[in-house]
Amino acid sequence: MCKNITFKIYFFVIFLCLGKTCLAASTDIEYPSQDWSFSGIFGTFDKASAQRGFQVYREVCSGCHGMKLLSYRHLSGLGYNNEELKALSAQFEITDGPNDDGESFVRPGRPSDTFVSPYPNEQAARAANGGAYPPDLSLIVKARADGANYLHALLSGYKEAPKDFNVPEGMYYNTYYPGKLIGMPQPIYEDGVEYADGTKASELQMSKDVTTFLAWASEPEMENRKRLGVTVISFLIVFSILAYFSMKQIWAPIKKKV
Amino acid sequence: MSKNKSKNSVVEWIDYRLPIFTFLNHELNEYPTPKNLNYFWNFGSLAGITLVVMIITGIVLSMNYTAHVDYAFDSVERIMRDVNHGWLLRYIHMNGASFFFIVVYIHIFRGLYYGSYKAPREILWILGVLILLLMMATAFMGYVLPWGQMSFWGATVITNLFSAVPLVGESIVTWLWGGFSVDNPTLNRFFSLHYLLPFLIVGLVILHLVALHRFGSNNPIGIDAKGKQDTIPFHPYYTIKDLFGLSVFATIFAAAVFFFPNFMGHPDNYIPANAMQTPAHIVPEWYFLPFYAILRAIPDKLGGVLFMFGAIAVLFILPWLDKSPIRSSQFRPIYKLFFWILVFDCILLGYLGAKPAEGIYVLLSRVATGYYFFHFIILLPLLPNIEKTRPLPISISEPILSSSSFSTAAAVREKK
Ligand code: HEC
Ligand code: HEM
Repeated sequence: MCKNITFKIYFFVIFLCLGKTCLAASTDIEYPSQDWSFSGIFGTFDKASAQRGFQVYREVCSGCHGMKLLSYRHLSGLGYNNEELKALSAQFEITDGPNDDGESFVRPGRPSDTFVSPYPNEQAARAANGGAYPPDLSLIVKARADGANYLHALLSGYKEAPKDFNVPEGMYYNTYYPGKLIGMPQPIYEDGVEYADGTKASELQMSKDVTTFLAWASEPEMENRKRLGVTVISFLIVFSILAYFSMKQIWAPIKKKV
Repeated sequence: MSKNKSKNSVVEWIDYRLPIFTFLNHELNEYPTPKNLNYFWNFGSLAGITLVVMIITGIVLSMNYTAHVDYAFDSVERIMRDVNHGWLLRYIHMNGASFFFIVVYIHIFRGLYYGSYKAPREILWILGVLILLLMMATAFMGYVLPWGQMSFWGATVITNLFSAVPLVGESIVTWLWGGFSVDNPTLNRFFSLHYLLPFLIVGLVILHLVALHRFGSNNPIGIDAKGKQDTIPFHPYYTIKDLFGLSVFATIFAAAVFFFPNFMGHPDNYIPANAMQTPAHIVPEWYFLPFYAILRAIPDKLGGVLFMFGAIAVLFILPWLDKSPIRSSQFRPIYKLFFWILVFDCILLGYLGAKPAEGIYVLLSRVATGYYFFHFIILLPLLPNIEKTRPLPISISEPILSSSSFSTAAAVREKK
């Protein structure tokens, strides 16, 4: 009887999971799946790759995209130490103020500053990009279905448009962008950056690195979360087993009578 | 009271004046409970615990949340990034809402399967349906708080439903919004109500328990306990069983929170709300999908709204729609079959709610909606006329009987 019910619950759960997978699969385009360091229950961010990705963001993407939810100090999560962060943030110019005379002034950045945005406001961003708005990238991997694979596919999805496909001025053909016309010119080219650690900057490499960086930026808590999860769940499993046998023992006299 | 002679004189002194210890002992310790409850009876206590978890995480989230259209999204992200273990709080609260509904839906279908809504438990059942309604309102308004794209557009679509009310519809919507669109006043009142409603739920839960303890739990064979041999004290038997259930539940819940925290969410809600840009598909949270499917199945706006609320309204009158005196499906072969069809129908409605309202999906939604109401309004009242029920056992402690005593038991039952 109880067994029967356990089975029913079991099938119900499987059914729900399948349902969710079907729903997700049927509404979205499939993106080629990459082998990400951070996927899976034990996945962690490949720090070297994420640091290279930060370099790509800084030298390429940050010309158009802000990341206003991040501060320079957050980069300690990628393995930079305090000295490095101080030096790094000091390379940026921050408009601060007002000072005692009521004026704004420019000062070197500090680790507590948020990432500098390329444009003062949305209108300026649109004006500079032919009307298209380059979205903030702080959460981009979480804000798209299958985010990491999508991003990687998008960055490497710039192809020659088919002959009968009309590409208007200021738009670019991209096989993975919904509608296939995107307002962002292809941002990544071979050797677009010179990696500090000497890694060859192929298109694929850059795209993987920047995606790893942006995945970290979307979920900086991920490694802590999974680590804590393993501890908590191990504890709960042991606890469940103990509770189960206590229950069996307490119930034994009742079950015998029945 | 005499039974609960405490050794502690302070406890005794207090208990003499305020019999709180006697009360607790009576309701949680010696409280007689049928001895044959299966694991489906765990979900009530799980729902109660989840409610407490939601309230605790919610109060701490509120300490760091800013209810203003310019800051709400960023304040939630600040919780995720800068508040110590803020991500844990937020993911527990976010997934907790989903798990709350999973638990409560199982709890409700348990009631349907074992006929727990039948006399004398009608008020108990109605209080439960009221709790469900308040939960839905709470979850709907909570989802608006992070002020992402789905928050904003979900709020817009759902509040707009009230414009279907004849004559005063538009005025009602303006009144709900506190303006001419979903905006800062809307966010503020939703936050206020989102904080308030869970405490009303607590009040209803207390009444729910008072009503429960009047006659005690129903049980898988659905016949009343006939005496001491049929029941056991709640403690330690069901406290340990509930603890075991809780630990299994907590394990699954933790797996979601720590490993798949966004599985049940929608990516668009990580895009800040933008009134100028409508998302491609506006979908509510999964637990609203069956109702959303019913809403869209009806071609007329007002009709859709009425049917959607009607789907809950039929639950209120269910104790009088189901005319069969037999509670448990174990003895109602035809009802049992239709019960599983209803489960399938609800899952199908949920699936359809997530699909765009076009083509075959519209037709299927209409059929599934029709079936839902057919089940409650036509099938249940008529079924007792044609259903040949199985003979009931004499009592909980003697469920296995020879065939001859079967029929006598059934005869006894019939006469009542
Ligand atoms: C020349 C400016 C420019 C640069 C450099 C640039 N982008 Fe973009 N990006 C844009 C614009 C403009 C859009 C908006 C496109 C649209 O709405 O059609 C955009 C959109 C995007 C999107 C959103 C796509 C979607 O699904 O909505 C992503 C992701 C993105 N860019 C990533 C990057 C990354 C990663 C880099 C660096 C490797 C980068 N961009 C460099 C201008 C730029
Ligand atoms: C019945 C119990 C409750 C349910 C079902 C519920 C549901 C929800 C949901 C679905 C969200 C959106 C989560 C997200 O997507 O981010 C939310 C957010 C929120 N809730 Fe609740 N909630 C409950 C109780 C409470 C209580 C009691 C409080 C306060 C005392 C509270 C405070 C908040 C706050 C501040 C947020 C915004 C932060 C965030 O979005 O994570 N909640 N709630």
